[in-house]
Amino acid sequence: MKLFGHKLTVSAAIGMAVVGLFVFISLFTPWIAPYSESANVAGTWDEPSAKLLFGADQIGRDMLTRMMYGSRMTIGVALAITTLSFAIGILTGLVSAVVGGWVDVFFTRLVDVMLSIPSLIFALIILGVFGSSIPVLIMTIAVLDSTRVFRLARALGMNLTVMEYVEAARLRGEGLWWVITREILPNAWAPLVSEFGLRFCFNFLFIAGLSFLGLGIQPPYADLGGMVRENAAAINFGIMAPIYPATAIALLTVSVNLVVDWMLSIDARPSGAQAEL
Amino acid sequence: MDEHIILNIKGLRLESVAGNVIVDNVDLQLRKGEVLGLIGESGAGKSTIGLSSMCYARAGVHIAGGEVSLDGTNIRTLDTEGRRQVRGKRIAYIAQSAAAAFNPAHSLMDQVCEAPVLHKLMTRPQAEAWARELFTALDLPNPQSFGARYPHQVSGGQLQRAMAAMAMSCRPDVLVLDEPTTALDVTTQIEVLILLKSLIRQYQTAALYITHDLAVVAQVADRIKVLRHGKEVEEGLTEQILHHANQDYTARLVAVRGAAASERAAPDTVKAQTVLSVKDCHAYYGDFHVVRGVSLDVKLGETVAVVGESGSGKSTLARIITGLLAPRSGEIVFQGKALPSALVGRSKELKRTIQLVYQIPDVAINPRQSVQDIVGRPVEFYFGAGRAEVLARAKELMTLVELPQDFLQRRPGQLSGGQKQRVCIARALAAKPDLIILDEPTSALDPLVAEEILTLLRKLQRELGLSYVLITHDLDVVHRIAHRTAVMLQGQFVAFDETDKIFDHPEHPYTQKLITAVPEMRVDWLDEVMARRQTAAA
Repeated sequence: MKLFGHKLTVSAAIGMAVVGLFVFISLFTPWIAPYSESANVAGTWDEPSAKLLFGADQIGRDMLTRMMYGSRMTIGVALAITTLSFAIGILTGLVSAVVGGWVDVFFTRLVDVMLSIPSLIFALIILGVFGSSIPVLIMTIAVLDSTRVFRLARALGMNLTVMEYVEAARLRGEGLWWVITREILPNAWAPLVSEFGLRFCFNFLFIAGLSFLGLGIQPPYADLGGMVRENAAAINFGIMAPIYPATAIALLTVSVNLVVDWMLSIDARPSGAQAEL
Repeated sequence: MDEHIILNIKGLRLESVAGNVIVDNVDLQLRKGEVLGLIGESGAGKSTIGLSSMCYARAGVHIAGGEVSLDGTNIRTLDTEGRRQVRGKRIAYIAQSAAAAFNPAHSLMDQVCEAPVLHKLMTRPQAEAWARELFTALDLPNPQSFGARYPHQVSGGQLQRAMAAMAMSCRPDVLVLDEPTTALDVTTQIEVLILLKSLIRQYQTAALYITHDLAVVAQVADRIKVLRHGKEVEEGLTEQILHHANQDYTARLVAVRGAAASERAAPDTVKAQTVLSVKDCHAYYGDFHVVRGVSLDVKLGETVAVVGESGSGKSTLARIITGLLAPRSGEIVFQGKALPSALVGRSKELKRTIQLVYQIPDVAINPRQSVQDIVGRPVEFYFGAGRAEVLARAKELMTLVELPQDFLQRRPGQLSGGQKQRVCIARALAAKPDLIILDEPTSALDPLVAEEILTLLRKLQRELGLSYVLITHDLDVVHRIAHRTAVMLQGQFVAFDETDKIFDHPEHPYTQKLITAVPEMRVDWLDEVMARRQTAAA
């Protein structure tokens, strides 16, 4: 099977199917979820049955419904963070590469300082000070994450800014905005898109982690990391409840990685190319 | 079968992964001690054939059919280990770019001795002694200690010779030389050429000599095989190919190279008015004094060529005129007014009037933009033209550079090298400039295509009265197009005069050396040069 003119591997196909399923569920949760997000429909940690596919959670809400809403929330927030982080990172990274000089020094040193502080600690401080609301969460992680995007964008920009077509644009007298958006960015898309997938995975895990610590998305909203935390005690009784949201987190992360690996492999070399020895 | 045949290739066919045929049904025989020249333009499959003589194919290509026999053994049927025994030991390869072929982390001696020791032909001390003998034969400086150096510590010509030593280290039966002198300056090229020739003669090695330059191959090859689009055009003795070619394509190749050496064809367009004058310019890269007091003037409708070898400062001069590098001292006057030295100080109007055409068209135009975007942008940018106007002008420009109008929708990836260079010229013309700086405009192109580009440049000069500053290392190009020529050496002009005078009565010794180093289309030219040098030395 081929996609965009490239041969699709089995692992990539599996990855795409799972990612597609998650996207579909996230988009249409309110219409396809069996119950409402916060309805108590059973007893605490009821066993899975035909009515409750994954059983009930710690206060008797349907686990499947909560997982659907949880995925919707976690994926949505992760996507917002990654988009914002790429907007910031690409812009500063490319400006840094194209302008150079003290602008470059300023941005790279700033990023070095931010990278030197462990990001989880940094996020905990900010969220501890400002309190955890969804906008603060998105802004904080996006800014932290943009440092890594900055690094990539700057490296790509450095390689492209020495190309003669960029020099030709400068000789013509084009401004910075034109050089970045018309000459450099179109040639940097391929690696940036694969990086987007990877950063999305990290951010998704990061929010799940924060929520697990109680600093991420707050109740009553469902989210996958928070659900693992809320149901963690069930393990003591030999009940599977926290395993389901945890599996959902793992499944999505692995699947996105499978897709990204495939994208990176087509970016790296023409399909099937290998020297004949 | 002729028992002297050492390499016998039959019905060779190579295909790309996508299924395109790269080399189609090529036969090739090489006898002991014989040199066969493979000639053709880029994409003709000459390097691919050279590599497949070792049964090697580059990534994305595979050998689809045919037989490659070395001394009677078909190496295509051997396994990986069997092929490894042949490579380096019985067939050796000399690549075009020595700088990219050597490992910068190992000394030259380590790299030259690696193959014979690995193939268990010699012990390390024997290999080193043999390497020193080869260094001496190749006239490398201090052959006893040369091997201790690292690749970055020697010049390009020396590195190319060190690679020849590496290839000869196992005393192979067959040597594949893939454009061994193309990346070198003319004066260096002739030295390497002389040494390669005497090396091949001395050790009676059979060689495949791959090049796009007929005049070079005429000096070393006994026979020449002409290739085009992966197929054989014709094969014959060198004399016969040069003087009595059977095929039209071969005749055209010979004619272009011959015409370049004799025909002077700069159009009669020069006016009295001076467009550009550079006065006593000095420029530095850090502390390195690159341009040392250069003065130059260009008249309306005139082409001034700046000739020199790599590192002479000619490209830096182009960067000074365009404003990419500010000179430390000196003055540039353009159309009677002093030109701000830095690009930021120049108005949009000034930027418009000076345009630059680059050496390598592949990187000079953005691969993600359509031809219409590339050519139309200056029209929009400088003249504030609307969509319809831009399109009309883009079509007009395509006609001017003799490209079909439907090419406007294409992307650079869908164009050939020559077509890309036409797009670059169209982009420069779109600004309606008074002066175009041509930085090696033809050196990345095949000879026939380069000739077409020169013809186009002459036509445009006649029609539009343009002035050109031509930066080049290729003296043939200068002949064809320049009214006046400056010869540059170590940041200074050693000569600046009418092109005819420079060529007919070279005064400075360097100019003489430069002119006599250009290979002529005669079989015995190199032998004459060698004889002359020997008498001079004696």
